[in-house]
Amino acid sequence: MDMTPPDKKMKLVMVGNGMAGVRALEELLKLAPDMYDVTVFGAEPHPNYNRILLSPVLAGEQTVDDIVLNPLDWYSENNITLHVGKKVVKIDRTHREVETSDGMRVGYDRLLLATGSNPFILPVPGADLPGVISFRDIADVDAMVLASSQYQHAVVIGGGLLGLEAANGLMKRGMQVSVVHIGPWLMERQLDEPAARLLQKSLEEKGMKFLLQKQTAELVRGESGRVCAIKFKDGDSAPADLVVMAVGIRPNTELAESSGLHCNRGVVVNDTMQTFDPRIYSVGECAAHRGIAYGLVAPLFEQAKVAANHLAQHGISRYQGSVTSTKLKVTGIDLFSAGDFMGGEGTESILYSDPIGGVYKKLVIRDNKLVGGVMYGDTVDGAWYFSLLRDGKNVNELRDHLMFGQDHCGNLGHSGINKAASMTDDMEVCGCNGVCKGDIVKAIREKGLFTLEDVRKHTKASSSCGSCTGLVEQILAVTAGGDYSATPKTKSMCGCTEHTHEEVRAAIRQNKLLTIPQVQQFMEWDTPNGCASCRTALNYYLISTWPGEAEDDPQSRFINERAHANIQKDGTYSVIPRMWGGNTTPSELRRIATVAEKYNIPTVHVTGGQRIDLLGVKKEDLPKVWADLDMPSGHAYGKALRTVKTCVGSEWCRFGTQNSTQMGIDLEKAFFKMWAPHKVKLAVSGCPRNCAEVAIKDVGIIGVDSGWEIYVAGNGGIKTEVAQFLIKVKTEAEVMEYSGAFLQLYREEGRYLDRTVHYVERVGLDYVKKKILDDHEGRRALYERLMFALSVEKDPWVERAKEGKFAQEFAALTV
Amino acid sequence: MTQWLEVCDLTEIPQLGARVVNHGDLTIAVFRNADDEVFALEDRCPHKGGPLSQGIVHGRKVTCPLHGWNVELISGCAVAPDVGCAREFPVKLEAGRVWLDCTTGVCAAA
Repeated sequence: MDMTPPDKKMKLVMVGNGMAGVRALEELLKLAPDMYDVTVFGAEPHPNYNRILLSPVLAGEQTVDDIVLNPLDWYSENNITLHVGKKVVKIDRTHREVETSDGMRVGYDRLLLATGSNPFILPVPGADLPGVISFRDIADVDAMVLASSQYQHAVVIGGGLLGLEAANGLMKRGMQVSVVHIGPWLMERQLDEPAARLLQKSLEEKGMKFLLQKQTAELVRGESGRVCAIKFKDGDSAPADLVVMAVGIRPNTELAESSGLHCNRGVVVNDTMQTFDPRIYSVGECAAHRGIAYGLVAPLFEQAKVAANHLAQHGISRYQGSVTSTKLKVTGIDLFSAGDFMGGEGTESILYSDPIGGVYKKLVIRDNKLVGGVMYGDTVDGAWYFSLLRDGKNVNELRDHLMFGQDHCGNLGHSGINKAASMTDDMEVCGCNGVCKGDIVKAIREKGLFTLEDVRKHTKASSSCGSCTGLVEQILAVTAGGDYSATPKTKSMCGCTEHTHEEVRAAIRQNKLLTIPQVQQFMEWDTPNGCASCRTALNYYLISTWPGEAEDDPQSRFINERAHANIQKDGTYSVIPRMWGGNTTPSELRRIATVAEKYNIPTVHVTGGQRIDLLGVKKEDLPKVWADLDMPSGHAYGKALRTVKTCVGSEWCRFGTQNSTQMGIDLEKAFFKMWAPHKVKLAVSGCPRNCAEVAIKDVGIIGVDSGWEIYVAGNGGIKTEVAQFLIKVKTEAEVMEYSGAFLQLYREEGRYLDRTVHYVERVGLDYVKKKILDDHEGRRALYERLMFALSVEKDPWVERAKEGKFAQEFAALTV
Repeated sequence: MTQWLEVCDLTEIPQLGARVVNHGDLTIAVFRNADDEVFALEDRCPHKGGPLSQGIVHGRKVTCPLHGWNVELISGCAVAPDVGCAREFPVKLEAGRVWLDCTTGVCAAA
């Protein structure tokens, strides 16, 4: 609760009432709702609206009311004093006051400049004539709509994103539109020439005219006093009743500059969004961060979040720049561009061009990483390419299929659907949480959502298995318009910290941190004791880095790993005892049968991992069930070694070439009790017929006449991924060492909750080969570290059933 | 009328953890956080009835083990944007002993 008396509240003034600034206020209200008295000045006579959607409004596809993000009620509900239609003309930094053009003065303790940007007006004769406007705000849209009802000829100067959207809108309003562009092709900041030619052709088919490589000399005044024509430097001219200048925007730094704040192509801010005056912050298109003034919404929202954090005096977050992507919002035209799409020295390009079909794609690669791309006509994989680019993933392994998109990269699973725009509202997007496209669209529109995280929180779509993430991102792109996704280049572990998984692991190793509180203190965690997602990760990182020294913290284990059984929807548990290599005995089966009857276990199920599952066990019965079973823990509940599936191999099978059953049993006994970033499944087949299905296991072994083939990083879950060939070895001892070394590498470097397939996808199989195949000493060291880690682990069932450990966990109290 | 029942010693509840307390047909989760504050909620997540006692406790919240909803320990209410409340019961700590009143549970949503 805020104990500060009302009159002692600090005063926050915001100049500018646009998307970035208001988002900063929203973030601030979440963190410190009572810290400030907030006053907002907006030059436009409107509450905050979604500027990105002005194009659909111009095109008549949406109305102004549709694009309002914060209605006037929002300001009053949050006790924000809003002055619309008032322009701040002066900042008195000595007395800490702002002054408006009509002489109003308001004092501040903190000032947030979110003045956005101004359209650039060409300094040509006639630029100030009636009928000459820019495309920046609702007033411009109103002027264009009015002109379209009275006049015929429109000229748009500027063949960039904004110019084309304006031209498209005017054409839809019935005007004859010519686009004048100084460059040799359209949108040269986002497109290369072939893509731009396709775009031009398709717009020409819609009726748009283009005047390329034309430089404007003059706008000619007509008899009515209004503009009537445009003249070019080469002597040509064209009729024009309306001229829209869309040749670029400039950060609006007039106010900042006049008050002596350091500006250089924007108001210069540091990583906390603070200007050179420590009481003044700046976010949005007016701010220059590390030399860049961003013009897309996602980076601006990130800035807003950081500024709010510092305004709330939390003082813990930094903005470190963004990678951005572009999508053109012209209905019926699919275009996507990101990063360094032109390429050049040191880069290679992969090209796909189908001029008749109207599809063009170019991917630019440098040092095995995707650094840019442009797509025209088919952009369904845009979000995927963008995430590859943003995360700096090694794409060498994917190279052959990269151009054909995510669907062609060995994915046979659920995430195959990839056409967000063509889906109907009642089609299911998220199969885990039963969320349809319509639910997501509605939430995005009504709640004003812009990021994947927001959509996940509000709708739960893609928040469980994550396989529909790409689809949700596409729906977000289509609905929210334009650029939306650009999350930071490096992902932090969770909302409790700015640090990445790798940074946290390195700190644990280098500083020998042994407990979760130590890590949280050392790494300056934002929350007192983390959350369900970082605590479980930290616990794993600690016990895997310092086996035998860091103590396992049961309260930072997900319930399944705390109770050593799988929680079911009704709160009961399932118990799966280990059957080495899928082999069992009559005595074991008898004990299982006896236990099932004695404890009234309702369901006995045979699993896909060659074991038997007892479902519906009450928690208080677990230790007794384990004691009576007298079998090892199957770890079916854990991010740990699950099963080693085998076939009957050369012992029985007439085709078997190797004793795969024994090999499986040996592997399972060797790696038993192994915790990992996620579950780990192995399989051993005795011949290439592969009855144990090794191709979808984390480590799969195929016995052949001359030895054993080792495959790694397969996955049979959400996304089916075929395991990749690692090496062929001769002896059982080698199978053990290579498999163990691979698993230890994954244990040491995999991010918590990444399966081996995700880990190998991230680092590349070449890297794994270098570590496991080329570096013989390194491989042995990895294997030894795994063996040491396993030597200190105990069977959790034995500890609890026979040694009486953690008895409280299983006993309820009664009052 | 408040009816305080003695539950257990504080040390019998793990820090950042919970114990299940049965009282007739009622199942109540009694939580203890890092600051040794105690809280009591009906052991049913407002989402799909998951046992909150089995969740991970952090700050003054618990994350339900079934689908990851976060629930405020003080009020029993789900953290926004999720909506719903679990019944909350009076609980107190006296001389290291935990006391619970099972008669006057309130549901903030009602």
